[in-house]
Amino acid sequence: MKYINEFRDKETADKLADDIRKAASGLDRQITLMEVCGTHTMAIYRYGIRSMIPKSIKLVSGPGCPVCVTPINYVDTAVEIAAQPNVAITTFGDMVRVPGSRSTLQKERSSGKEIRVVYSPLDAVALAKENPAKEVVFLGVGFETTAPLIACSILEARREGIANYSVLCAHKTMPEPMEVLTSGEIKLDGYICPAHVSAIIGADAYIPVAKKFSMPCVVTGFEPLDILKGLAMLARQAAEGRAEVENEYYRVVKPEGNKKAQQILRQVFVKSDAVWRGLGTIPDSGLAISEEFDKFDASKKFGVTLPEPKENPACICGRILKGLNDPPECRLFGSACTPDNPIGACMVSSEGTCAAAYRYGGYGE
Amino acid sequence: MEGMVSSRADLVSLGHGSGGKLTHDLISKTIVPALYGADGAPPMEDSALLTIPGAWLSFTTDSYVVSPWAFPGGNIGDLAFNGTINDLAMSGAIPVALSVGLILEEGFPLADLRTVMRSMGQAARASGVPIVCGDTKVVPHGKADGIFINTSGVGYRPDGVQIHASGARPGDVVIINGTIGDHGIAVMSEREGLRFQSPIQSDTAALHTLARALLDGGVDAHVMRDPTRGGLATTICEIAADSGVAIRLDERAIPMATAVAGACELLGLDPMVVANEGKMVVVTPEKDVEKALAIMRAHPLGKLSAVIGRVEEGRAGRVSSASVVGGERMINMPHGEILPRIC
Repeated sequence: MKYINEFRDKETADKLADDIRKAASGLDRQITLMEVCGTHTMAIYRYGIRSMIPKSIKLVSGPGCPVCVTPINYVDTAVEIAAQPNVAITTFGDMVRVPGSRSTLQKERSSGKEIRVVYSPLDAVALAKENPAKEVVFLGVGFETTAPLIACSILEARREGIANYSVLCAHKTMPEPMEVLTSGEIKLDGYICPAHVSAIIGADAYIPVAKKFSMPCVVTGFEPLDILKGLAMLARQAAEGRAEVENEYYRVVKPEGNKKAQQILRQVFVKSDAVWRGLGTIPDSGLAISEEFDKFDASKKFGVTLPEPKENPACICGRILKGLNDPPECRLFGSACTPDNPIGACMVSSEGTCAAAYRYGGYGE
Repeated sequence: MEGMVSSRADLVSLGHGSGGKLTHDLISKTIVPALYGADGAPPMEDSALLTIPGAWLSFTTDSYVVSPWAFPGGNIGDLAFNGTINDLAMSGAIPVALSVGLILEEGFPLADLRTVMRSMGQAARASGVPIVCGDTKVVPHGKADGIFINTSGVGYRPDGVQIHASGARPGDVVIINGTIGDHGIAVMSEREGLRFQSPIQSDTAALHTLARALLDGGVDAHVMRDPTRGGLATTICEIAADSGVAIRLDERAIPMATAVAGACELLGLDPMVVANEGKMVVVTPEKDVEKALAIMRAHPLGKLSAVIGRVEEGRAGRVSSASVVGGERMINMPHGEILPRIC
């Protein structure tokens, strides 16, 4: 398969694993590298990357699964809106399983509420157009990878004069949480920076993190060869005492990113403080729908605001999202908390650190 | 409305399920002629009488509610027939006859019902296994999704055949008869209106002649399973757990169509958990591997047969795999609905 198999070649992988070993041999200690993005977490498990690298490199997962860091009251709000008459909730697939404080969208669907999984917010706009008597609400969750699409859907709805479409917006941005994590408890030696988020925001977005915290940053693609190469680059930076932004994924990511997408984001959204489940409020780390597009803002349209409920006190997702603990160190992991019955944020999405560890880490039996 | 006129305007009505003339006409004109009954079977008795040679009776049932009912490569009709044939075949049985139960939603177009029945009849004729009894009910509009089908099947297992889910032994070899993920992706792409450059066809097929060829060829098959819903991952995990062994797969060896691999990338799905409807996993001792592969590859449904893993000593139910780049990963059953990811 063009552009896929080339990045999954076993011989090249063996060579890159050698490169990592060579770079790691120059290290005088164990280094800890964090992958910020959930897709990296999944890929690292799925391709068995940990079994291919020396023990002197420890990989920890960060807060980059959009579903996992979405606060519980967001789900509660969506459930509340779904209960109103003549409403269809549309969403990307993994949100339907996320537990709110009382229910999930999946359970609400079973009880007869209209909850639809769509592949694009434009499908939701089309649904609104075909059903003018119905309020169609799209759940706007995700980072800069998905946010431009949702912005497009709002622009499309306005252009078409579709008044029964709105977005419940909980978009988050990078790299703000990376700065927060770097100044926190965990001692990191480098970031595996997200692939597709970087395609939008550009590799240069990480320069402040790299400079301010002397933190090696490598923008890395999602294919196994990308990840192995990114790890070799990070290990080399650490061994040589450098802290720079390097771009392994240059076939997609430009230093300045995607200007067009950035422009659409600025047109529809404004920067806002955002609540990250497990991490708390991080200033300027979210996107809110700007006043100009008020009519498309579901939180204003439906006027539902709910308090953030308490997390299970035994859940250590906050520490896992910060890379301070590994999933098996949580006493709920694999017993009370499983992908079928997730208690904490990290077990919720297939990309969550705990879900990935459960699925691919051999805890699942 | 009596199955004589073929027009999209003809719909299933509640009257078709009333048990009276409309029901009789629907069954005798639309359903029975399309299907394939036992030779010389008298028309519509209360039950079918079958002759089965003195042996173990094999009996299975399955219901089909696939939505949409038609998808590239098949529809709910041949799917419902083949699925039950395969359940019989995987236990080493020779299928003898099937029943078909239809639950139709009021308003389902009769032309579509004809299409489904025709596919089912064609599948039955092709397999040589008759459909000998059936039932038809109609429920009010909104109480079903167009058409639901239940099929039950009986077969017999000749003496001496020993196939169990718990039969895998350390040292055994795991074989599959072709590419994985075709059915699930075909249905999903139809359901979501996704169009791929090369359309992905469901692999729905009756596997009984392939299973028979292996047994007749003297292959000592310890386990035969069809990896349907839950995909190859679920089936291998079940075999490992039931047999109390560990299984190690080699992902690079698992056949997959390029289009399926591409669709899985696009949808964020792991092809290992995507459904198949014409695939079988065979676990056989090392000594029979070459023979099994030769027999399978000579069969139209086994051209791409390949060895995909080995049974090992180890923690019962542990399934691992060498990833495409050679790393070691664990394989688990999928949880809940298979949902596409956000990004």
